[in-house]
Amino acid sequence: MTTRIFVPCDTTALAMGADAVAAEIARQAKTRGAQVEIIRNGSRGLFWLEPLVEVETAAGRIGFGPVDVEDVSALVEAGLFEGAGEHPLALGLVEEIPFLKNQQRLTFARSGITDPVSVEDYLALDGFRGLEKALQLSGQQIVDEIKASGLRGRGGAAFPTGIKWQTVLNAPAEQKYIVCNADEGDSGTFADRMVMECDPYMLIEGMAIAGLAVDATQGYIYLRSEYPVAHRLMNMAIERAYAAGYLGDNLMGSGRRFDLEVRLGAGAYICGEETSLLESLEGKRGLVRAKPPLPAIVGLFGQPTVVNNVLSLAAVPFIMHKGGETYASYGMGRSLGTLPMQLAGNVKQGGLIELAFGATLRQLMEDFGGGTFSGRPLRSVQVGGPLGAYLPESQWDTPLDYESFAAVGAVLGHGGVVMFDDTVDMGEQARFSMEFCVVESCGKCTPCRIGSTRGVEVIDRIRANENREANLELLADLCETMVDGSLCAMGGMTPFPVQSVMKYFPEDLQR
Amino acid sequence: MSGLPQWTPELIQAEIDALKHKPGALLPILHAIQDKFGYVPTEAVPQIGDALNQTRTEIHGVISFYHHFRTSEPGSHTLQICRAEACQSMGSRALEAHAKASLNVDYHGTTADREITLEPVYCLGNCACAPSVRIGNDIHGRVSPEKFDRLVSRLTTRALELK
Ligand SMILES: Cc1cc2nc3c(=O)[nH]c(=O)nc-3n(C[C@H](O)[C@H](O)[C@H](O)COP(=O)(O)O)c2cc1C
Ligand code: SF4
Ligand code: FES
Ligand code: FES
Repeated sequence: MTTRIFVPCDTTALAMGADAVAAEIARQAKTRGAQVEIIRNGSRGLFWLEPLVEVETAAGRIGFGPVDVEDVSALVEAGLFEGAGEHPLALGLVEEIPFLKNQQRLTFARSGITDPVSVEDYLALDGFRGLEKALQLSGQQIVDEIKASGLRGRGGAAFPTGIKWQTVLNAPAEQKYIVCNADEGDSGTFADRMVMECDPYMLIEGMAIAGLAVDATQGYIYLRSEYPVAHRLMNMAIERAYAAGYLGDNLMGSGRRFDLEVRLGAGAYICGEETSLLESLEGKRGLVRAKPPLPAIVGLFGQPTVVNNVLSLAAVPFIMHKGGETYASYGMGRSLGTLPMQLAGNVKQGGLIELAFGATLRQLMEDFGGGTFSGRPLRSVQVGGPLGAYLPESQWDTPLDYESFAAVGAVLGHGGVVMFDDTVDMGEQARFSMEFCVVESCGKCTPCRIGSTRGVEVIDRIRANENREANLELLADLCETMVDGSLCAMGGMTPFPVQSVMKYFPEDLQR
Repeated sequence: MSGLPQWTPELIQAEIDALKHKPGALLPILHAIQDKFGYVPTEAVPQIGDALNQTRTEIHGVISFYHHFRTSEPGSHTLQICRAEACQSMGSRALEAHAKASLNVDYHGTTADREITLEPVYCLGNCACAPSVRIGNDIHGRVSPEKFDRLVSRLTTRALELK
């Protein structure tokens, strides 16, 4: 009997040596004459265990991790090929690992289970059922289902997806577009990457449904160039989806059309901002456009365009298949459904945690994360990427939903949580926020372009104890000017982390 | 030097012609040229401009806007160190300092033997196993200064074998 062994192939598994582990397992199987099939699955998102090797047994898939090439011999000796679970790296049944078991995975239900580019694997676990259903509905009925789900954009601004689609549906045009924002520039985030590397057909399906909903026949995925693995897997999946009739001019035999292409960004954070992204797709510098007009009305090449984050589009197949109401039964208040959070930085157990809205930040960092990687006390947490505030301990009981975060002057953004232990110098972090804005500003408006440069200089003077009180006052003013006077959230939110340092970690600006 | 072909106007034209009909073709063209030759030679600018009916200034403006595109020849390997927050929390500032000192270059610089070009990058999506480094299309996690040295020595020995 052939034993099925899974070795993940996402960026983090590869970064931790998964290819070498897979090759060594294959080599050992060959020399021993063992009948083994090695499957390169996606990742479960339990990143501290990568490479997480799984073996299929009668009782379910059992895991071993993190596996180094050097461990393979001993694992094989201990009976890896027979599914024996006796080894110091043994984790038991993977689905019983509390980090995974305690999640509510709707979007990431298949992640790590399947071979990401296998159409058969995708079909076996509800794949393309949402598209099948959408093909029987009118555009308006699809939009209504999305509205019923309460889905709000997962890219950061949390705008209701159904309303955005309605605007595009209502806009008359010869050609409309679906643009997927896969620029995922925030530090501490990797959920979009996981969708594209671990379950790419879900994104393809979501975009095709969006196309049917608003009557758009062309889609683009704007993917950051920092994601070479996602680029390769996404392109492979698109090619196979065309071959199998899930893209192209005859979607599932319906006669309806949807074409899809990946376009690479080129290392500019600002191109994650939707209008800058559209400029970039058109082949221009990524200068932010003034709004209005909204991209939904005047978008790509001047046509009505849906711009949605990867996670927003990835939620769509579930919503269409299981119904908007089912999705909306998760969550709280005006934050419905699930939110894939990403736990990163100085964390013992980092990875992807999909939960209904409403858990607290502390539960995430302690119950799931297990505290810091270094074992030192946790001091500060940045949530929502480089434009998000640093939260002190007094705010760690904040529930994870958009409104609760806004109430404490913080943002959930794309769900990235970056933990810092007590060796962090928050003055240095504040300086970096301004420096990042200097590097990444599109340059269109003064408060952002010049303000951030001044911000770095002023923080340098504060940290060097030059005229400290006056410079702290200057920094406070500068932050206000940037918040009030910037055209987009790059300049408008860069002050958030800086202000949070001034307010909650002032001692670090006094040393 | 970098194991990539030397560009010629004809080879560049072939890259342009393969892509110029796409809507918004400029970024795909620049990527194709850089992937093929390691950089976008200044001499390619008028050729691209002619094909897309745009001025040289416009093409230059686009190239210089994006951090990814370079106009001079890099070393055999491009090594990027992640400078973003999750990596900072795991010691990337010390890693950066170590890299610059041991390679004796600053960011955007190329080592004297033209083996390695050092670049900053802001997040590689490997933030749960930080600090992260990218060499070519390979990403590496939990890169301590010691692991960094191992990665670099592997690169340079492999390059020697090829010669
Ligand atoms: C500076 C800046 C960077 C952004 N980066 C991203 C990004 O990387 N990915 C993303 O989906 N949205 C990003 N956004 C938000 C987008 O402008 C836009 O709101 C989003 O793509 C809409 O999709 P959604 O409604 O599905 O969230 C960014 C916004 C700003 C101001
Ligand atoms: S705030 Fe900054 S990034 Fe945004 S439009 Fe102005 S200069 Fe560009
Ligand atoms: S100068 Fe134009 S918006 Fe700031
Ligand atoms: S912050 Fe370094 S990989 Fe994300």
